[in-house]
Amino acid sequence: MTTISDLITPALVTTDLAATDTRGAIDELAGLLEADGRVTDRAGFVATVVAREDETGGTGMESGIAIPHGKSADVARAALAFGRSSTGLDFGAEDGTPSDLIFLIAAPEGEDDLHVRVLSRIARKLIHESFRTSLRGATTSQDVVDIIEREVEL
Amino acid sequence: MKLVAVTSCPTGIAHSEMAAEALEVAAREAGHEITVEVQGAAGGPTIPAADLAEAQAVIFAVDASVKDVERFAHLPKVEVRTREAIDRGPAIVERAVEAASKAPVTSGAPAAGASPAEDEDDVFASVTGDGTSRTEEVRRWLMTGVSYMIPFVVAGGILIAASFAIADAVAVTEVTVFTEDDGLFLPGDLGIDAITWIGAVLLTIGGLAFSMLVPILSGFIAYAMADRPGIAPGLVGGLLANEVGAGFIGGLISGLLAGAIVNLMKRIPVTGTIKQMMPVLVYPLFGTLAVGALMLLVIGEPVASINQALESWLTGLSGANQIVLGLIIGAMMAFDMGGPVNKVAYAFGILSLDAGNFQIMAAVMAAGMTPPLGLALATVVRRKLFNEAERRAGQAAWIMGASFITEGAIPFAAADPLRVIPSLMVGSAVTGALSLTFNATLQAPHGGIWVIGVIGNGLLYLLAIAIGTVVTAAAVIGLKSLRGRGATVQPAAA
Repeated sequence: MTTISDLITPALVTTDLAATDTRGAIDELAGLLEADGRVTDRAGFVATVVAREDETGGTGMESGIAIPHGKSADVARAALAFGRSSTGLDFGAEDGTPSDLIFLIAAPEGEDDLHVRVLSRIARKLIHESFRTSLRGATTSQDVVDIIEREVEL
Repeated sequence: MKLVAVTSCPTGIAHSEMAAEALEVAAREAGHEITVEVQGAAGGPTIPAADLAEAQAVIFAVDASVKDVERFAHLPKVEVRTREAIDRGPAIVERAVEAASKAPVTSGAPAAGASPAEDEDDVFASVTGDGTSRTEEVRRWLMTGVSYMIPFVVAGGILIAASFAIADAVAVTEVTVFTEDDGLFLPGDLGIDAITWIGAVLLTIGGLAFSMLVPILSGFIAYAMADRPGIAPGLVGGLLANEVGAGFIGGLISGLLAGAIVNLMKRIPVTGTIKQMMPVLVYPLFGTLAVGALMLLVIGEPVASINQALESWLTGLSGANQIVLGLIIGAMMAFDMGGPVNKVAYAFGILSLDAGNFQIMAAVMAAGMTPPLGLALATVVRRKLFNEAERRAGQAAWIMGASFITEGAIPFAAADPLRVIPSLMVGSAVTGALSLTFNATLQAPHGGIWVIGVIGNGLLYLLAIAIGTVVTAAAVIGLKSLRGRGATVQPAAA
């Protein structure tokens, strides 16, 4: 059975991103994915994600979230990494709002499967203010995972 | 407002889903209904035909082109990128609502006394514009009527089937549990047991639900054509179709008539207070009067004549070759559920029963069971040829067919008469002929599988029904597949 913990664990979460710019943030989160065996070629994956950011003008939303994502052969297992930035980063939101909740989505190439569907459901939850507020209030990485698990019933 | 939307982004994981969520939340909070189709890599279910038919505007929140965009050609549209929908869902929904209100002639008369320039001089023209072929349009109207009718078929059909299942199929029809003058009768008052009483209650409720089939079908076909003002004329037309014994085909006619008449009236140029009165007074009054008069005075007589003619013809045939008789009776049972042809065939069965000929009755019942059974089988074997509503109706059709409730086939026949009705006729004809050849007999006037106890040569009888069911299903699937794209208004991956 696919569960949220297949996709995100405290090891893939940081409540305090060190990076001060977009690329740095993506790289930092990709590092977490690599350490967890989710991504095989970190540099390659980061390049894919950055390319998508440039293509679309950035994945930052006016609600303060950003969803950089990459679907490529460099991804061994679908996963979601999360980083919270205290300073806020410029992910190209239409009205200039800096992003403080960064979700890095990694999807394997090929047919979309159950994992990707769960990723989509988590993405949908981001539309809801209450979810974002909870994430902003979380203290530990475990908190973040608990919040996600709670909000996204399977 | 009823809205539809499509979201699409290249990766298909986040943006399209989030845009869909944002639009759904925004629309609901503003009190509107919305159905969103997520296109792209994973995608989701396509928008059901009924929703497309009733939609008043479409929102494209897409970063790429929309698949099968012709489905929406008839709707005012708002097109944005997924991010805009995510960031500003409520504003986008508002824009769609505005676009829908500005669309030509959804209620009230045309502006400034002039008919819309691009309208053909054709009262069957759909009010929300053209762009799709006429057949597609008519299909959409029929589908809308059918989708509103299906809950009545399901509820009524299952209640009736249940009553036949738990109690004696004949006894329940002879019991009256309630009259206005005397109120409720209890089992003791009627001298029957509790089970029969419960069966009678279920039958009463189910039967009344069933009586709404044709009026609802007619009313909502008119609604699809002419919006709200069409409902009253259409519904009353359907009630009259019942009155004159024209069955569901009569309902299709009354629905189309009602829609056309109301659309005709909408072209009358008026302004000011009179314009305000149109939907409140003029359309309902004159629409209902016109449709009612047509049904009663024009349709009623021919239907009655057909009735009489068929009766005498059929009686004259009774000496003929068994196989031919079986084929004819079968085909008649499947032709127009609830209409004159089907009624005559059934009445013929009852008359024969009274006269001691039990084979005819058996053939009549068998032929009346195959239409719903065959269609139920078809929806299971080739799901993709049917839309959501039809599949639901298909599930209920199993029990209805088994209980000799031929009306279970109506939703399918109404939505696609030219393909479904001939298929039903072929299957039922085969069953009728086989039943007579196998010499099956039936001493009860109805009851379906529940009266198997009083059926002579029961096993062969079931075989006849089974064969007919398969033939019906094959014919329906065959004809629907020939259409190329498969399902109704949806883009099916046939």
